[in-house]
Amino acid sequence: MTATASRHRLTTAKAMVDGIAAEMERDESVIVLGEDVGAYGGIFSSSTGLLDRFGATRVIDTPISETAFIGLGIGAAVEGLRPIVELMFVDFFGVCMDQIYNHMAKISYESGGNVKVPMVLTTAVGGGYSDGAQHSQCLWGTFAHLPGMKVVVPSNPYDAKGLMISAIRDDSPVVYMFHKGVLGLPWMAKNPRSVDEVPDEPFTVPIGKARVARAGSDVTVVTVSLSVHHALDVADRLATEGVDVEVLDLRSLVPLDREAILTSVAKTGRLVVVDEDYLSYGLSGEVVATVTDVDPGLLRAKVARVAVPDVPIPYAHALEYAVLPRPERIEAAIRAVVGA
Amino acid sequence: MTAPPDDGTRVELYRTMVLARTFEEAMLREYHADKGPGFDIGKGLVPGEMHLAAGQEPVAAGVCAHLTTDDAVTATHRPHHFAIAHGIDLRRMAAEIFGRETGLGRGRGGHMHLFDPATHFSCSGIIAEGYPPALGQAFAFQRKGTDRVAVAVTGEGAANQGAFHESLNLAALWRLPVVFVVEDNDWGISVPRASSTCVPSNAVRAAGYDMPGERIEDNAVEAVYAAAGRAVARARAGDGPSLIEVHTLRLWGHFEGDAQAYRKDIEDVPGRDPLPTYERTLREAGLLDEAGAAAVKAEAVEKVEDAVRFAKESPAPDPAEAGRYVFADGGPA
Repeated sequence: MTATASRHRLTTAKAMVDGIAAEMERDESVIVLGEDVGAYGGIFSSSTGLLDRFGATRVIDTPISETAFIGLGIGAAVEGLRPIVELMFVDFFGVCMDQIYNHMAKISYESGGNVKVPMVLTTAVGGGYSDGAQHSQCLWGTFAHLPGMKVVVPSNPYDAKGLMISAIRDDSPVVYMFHKGVLGLPWMAKNPRSVDEVPDEPFTVPIGKARVARAGSDVTVVTVSLSVHHALDVADRLATEGVDVEVLDLRSLVPLDREAILTSVAKTGRLVVVDEDYLSYGLSGEVVATVTDVDPGLLRAKVARVAVPDVPIPYAHALEYAVLPRPERIEAAIRAVVGA
Repeated sequence: MTAPPDDGTRVELYRTMVLARTFEEAMLREYHADKGPGFDIGKGLVPGEMHLAAGQEPVAAGVCAHLTTDDAVTATHRPHHFAIAHGIDLRRMAAEIFGRETGLGRGRGGHMHLFDPATHFSCSGIIAEGYPPALGQAFAFQRKGTDRVAVAVTGEGAANQGAFHESLNLAALWRLPVVFVVEDNDWGISVPRASSTCVPSNAVRAAGYDMPGERIEDNAVEAVYAAAGRAVARARAGDGPSLIEVHTLRLWGHFEGDAQAYRKDIEDVPGRDPLPTYERTLREAGLLDEAGAAAVKAEAVEKVEDAVRFAKESPAPDPAEAGRYVFADGGPA
């Protein structure tokens, strides 16, 4: 065994593509379908270079017909292919949700496990760049709410590659949601954590396992995706004041790593949930219930939830930043919970 | 061109139609056997909505006569006749409808959600949404270099859904080996075709997608057989999709329990039953006599009653296992 595996610094987007390419190399049945996934390379660089490398029979531009091409992915998966199908923005699910939640997600169950749908539905999520109410949502709570789909949400280059490889190899449908703000795109503000060293070789990150992104003892911040970056920035700042924040990156919403949540809260006794999805009926409530269902006594303070209040994502920059879980809101919530 | 069905095929078409009808008659009997007092839809050995396909057998028999079980069929919420014509295992289908562990979906699916990997058969309870997955099956068949085809079935009401039009465009664009079948039974539940659809024939819509479209007017199984022969041959040859609309007949209600008070054609319905019509045709052609017809019927009854018996004798699923099969590893959510 070599002492050091080769690594390269990659953006999250490139790491994601690296994972796809590795599986396409390994497995002929892996194909990529979607709008502008070919010559453009994905509007958010989710398929850059794949057309040149694997050709137009495996990297296929589709018409703007999400119902037809997502359904096509389902039928192809049933017959043994492993399609990666891109829904350009998650906000567009409204035109094709029937194929996603009534077909892709239910066929395994309705068939009593006799039919498998090994398909990855990739989709861009998130706001912060004034794209308005129909192109800025996260909506992962909506998908995670409906049974039959695994849901993964990487926050960094390493997880983006490892979760992609796991998703492609999984025999169940996996919704892979990438936040535009973690991709490291040159044309959008980015956190330094959007670029990191990633092993060149294929590797997997297990679906359903959270990661302690920062260990701490005073308060647990449970979060996902871009909010992980913000939470880590806030934690660094508060550390200078002696507040020791633990940040738990869920990475997967289905299955949810409830053990990791309980373990962390048992240690810190305090919980802040940060979620860029809407506040009500969603991830933040689910995380809190995960604790209170098992042992409300784990909590030594009231819980804080930092999420998008139940309004559409506004266009004007100041309005948008007022509703997003920006670092200032996260910091205020942590201070309130620890009494600092 | 497709040759007209030979004598053996004609009798086979009849046999398929009789088997499908016999199955529906048995479901009708079992469904209503214990819904009382009054009518409680959730009660009985066969609970839930029940959409029976009596009257529409010529479509399934005529189309599926050209298929093998390597070909795919995606059917609708009214799926039994296509499932039977495509050769699905009757026992496991009946067991699914009875909600038993031995059913195609181990009792998780029900009569609108029948999935059979052995025959590449599936159906969907959502109008027009069975079309897109058929494209994917055809896509996979094409990539494997086979001449297998996918048949996608909807009713006429589905032709006004987006999924229908998106699918026609994509299938034609990629020359997928698909045969689109529209069963026009005149009614979208209670809404007559004339109140829902701007064209007299959905076959004309095929032209908008640069594919052949054909309408069979009289629910005639041999005309369906001929049209399907052309469409399947075209798909197998790699020339792309076709659309066939058949003006068929919903002999019974939209679902069981539907009083059909809205139905102005109700008086004429029994006279349009395609089964006695086709039996008469075959008898006049000398291919069937009274004894022959009785034998076909007896054979169908035996198969169907065997399936019903199997279903009734099969164990119910274990309620403790309601969470199984959500994911492919068979594990709980």
